[in-house]
Amino acid sequence: MGFLDRSRIIAGAGWNRWLIPPAALAIHFSIGQAYAWSVFKIPLEDSLDISGTASALPFQIGILVLGLSAAFGGTLVERKGPRWAMFVSLVAFSTGFLVAALGVATRNYWLVVLGYGGIGGVGLGIGYIAPVSTLMKWFPDRPGMATGTAIMGFGGGALIASPWSTEMLGAFGSDTSGIAKTFLVHGLAYAAFMSLGVVLVRVPPEGWRPAGWTPSDDAAKPLVTTANVSAKNAVRTPQFWLLWIVLCMNVTAGIGILEKAAPMIQDFFQDTDSPVSASAATGFVALLSLANMAGRFVWSSVSDLVGRKNIYRLYLGAGALLYLTIMLEKDSSTALFVASTMVILSFYGGGFATVPAYLKDLFGTYQVGAIHGRLLTAWSVAGVAGPLIVDSIADSAHESGDTGPALYTFSFTLMMGLLVIGFIANELVRPVNPKFHEPEPVQAESASPADTPDPLPAERR
Amino acid sequence: MTDADSPSPDVAKAVSPAVMVVAWLWVAVPFLYGLYQLAEKSSKLFE
Repeated sequence: MGFLDRSRIIAGAGWNRWLIPPAALAIHFSIGQAYAWSVFKIPLEDSLDISGTASALPFQIGILVLGLSAAFGGTLVERKGPRWAMFVSLVAFSTGFLVAALGVATRNYWLVVLGYGGIGGVGLGIGYIAPVSTLMKWFPDRPGMATGTAIMGFGGGALIASPWSTEMLGAFGSDTSGIAKTFLVHGLAYAAFMSLGVVLVRVPPEGWRPAGWTPSDDAAKPLVTTANVSAKNAVRTPQFWLLWIVLCMNVTAGIGILEKAAPMIQDFFQDTDSPVSASAATGFVALLSLANMAGRFVWSSVSDLVGRKNIYRLYLGAGALLYLTIMLEKDSSTALFVASTMVILSFYGGGFATVPAYLKDLFGTYQVGAIHGRLLTAWSVAGVAGPLIVDSIADSAHESGDTGPALYTFSFTLMMGLLVIGFIANELVRPVNPKFHEPEPVQAESASPADTPDPLPAERR
Repeated sequence: MTDADSPSPDVAKAVSPAVMVVAWLWVAVPFLYGLYQLAEKSSKLFE
């Protein structure tokens, strides 16, 4: 389709690169709704008479399909361009809601799973990687900030969807008819909201670069290359797998807290003079969401200044020390516990948001979206491993009669160990061997000679 | 450059500041709504 072709979205003179972040946010704010799925769990369980495990399945399938579609669709996204990818994401994500609405209306549980998880999951995966390489091409001078903005949107999506979905269920009702109407409105509203991204997104013309910036400015920095590596070659490098370990360890350490936050804080302080109520625990969950989201923007922006390797040293090293602090201080201070976990969650978010820029530093911008898609399989593994570690150890400790912080001592020790493994993997990252670099003509696609005319006037940058 | 490679005429126009404002408001308004709701919920931890 012509409208979706990459050739139709090459920015002309006068285009402003600051229109690309809202285009990306329109997609990521929408697909970030996935993290607010829990709002639908109880209504679905009551109206369809299904278990808690069954009500979680559409979300779990959605995250699984996210990882798979990002991994396998990454190369296609690079070839077809961001408008095509955003459009596919829009269609899949909103169709997923519409099919799920039909499933609820007809009391067909598997249609809900297929719709939200299967079809919607494709929208999640393709939408997640859709704007990443485009943002880095528009902001080669600030790639961490640029991708951090979009990926912050994925964290922020749940902040919007959670209260919005709750209000809609309140208005339409929590029976099958009310849930079906809610899903229907979600499908239509998200299609309209995401269309901004489809309409606005542009790719910079060949050779474009921001005023006053040249690739050689960054090439002087350690680990930053001006060469390019294809996605096929990237997975053959040790750097890719070291970053895979770094991301997997960092995500595992964060997701273990995030997934169990509300019961965890109540368990921790149950034997103290100031136990945490269920209502206060929801406030704790909200603060962790804020830290997760803020970390995505703040830390990835900081990485533009201090370098990617150094920022991961902070995420992994300081993260391990914060886990140690929680274990040593136990239930002595609620404020210390809340502050420490918030910083850990900010590192969790930061890890997600900084990794595309780390990939760009190591492999160039040529197929960074596709490489990023493949790296997200680390998220899928961590998504299973983190909750499994924390839940199974806490259950086992509970059965042994442990209470309070003792329920989590062993799992936190494991998390520290994982972060140390991630720290070591990060230390082992070196520049990619030039034998993996693409030949010169491909390099010219994203790093042009200095005499290439700049089609955008300086004041528009 | 072939015809297929050429940018469409509509993308060659200068971007109006109104487009910039609308684009950012489009994403900022729901985000601020989410932040407000979050602030309300977070305050329960300190009650």
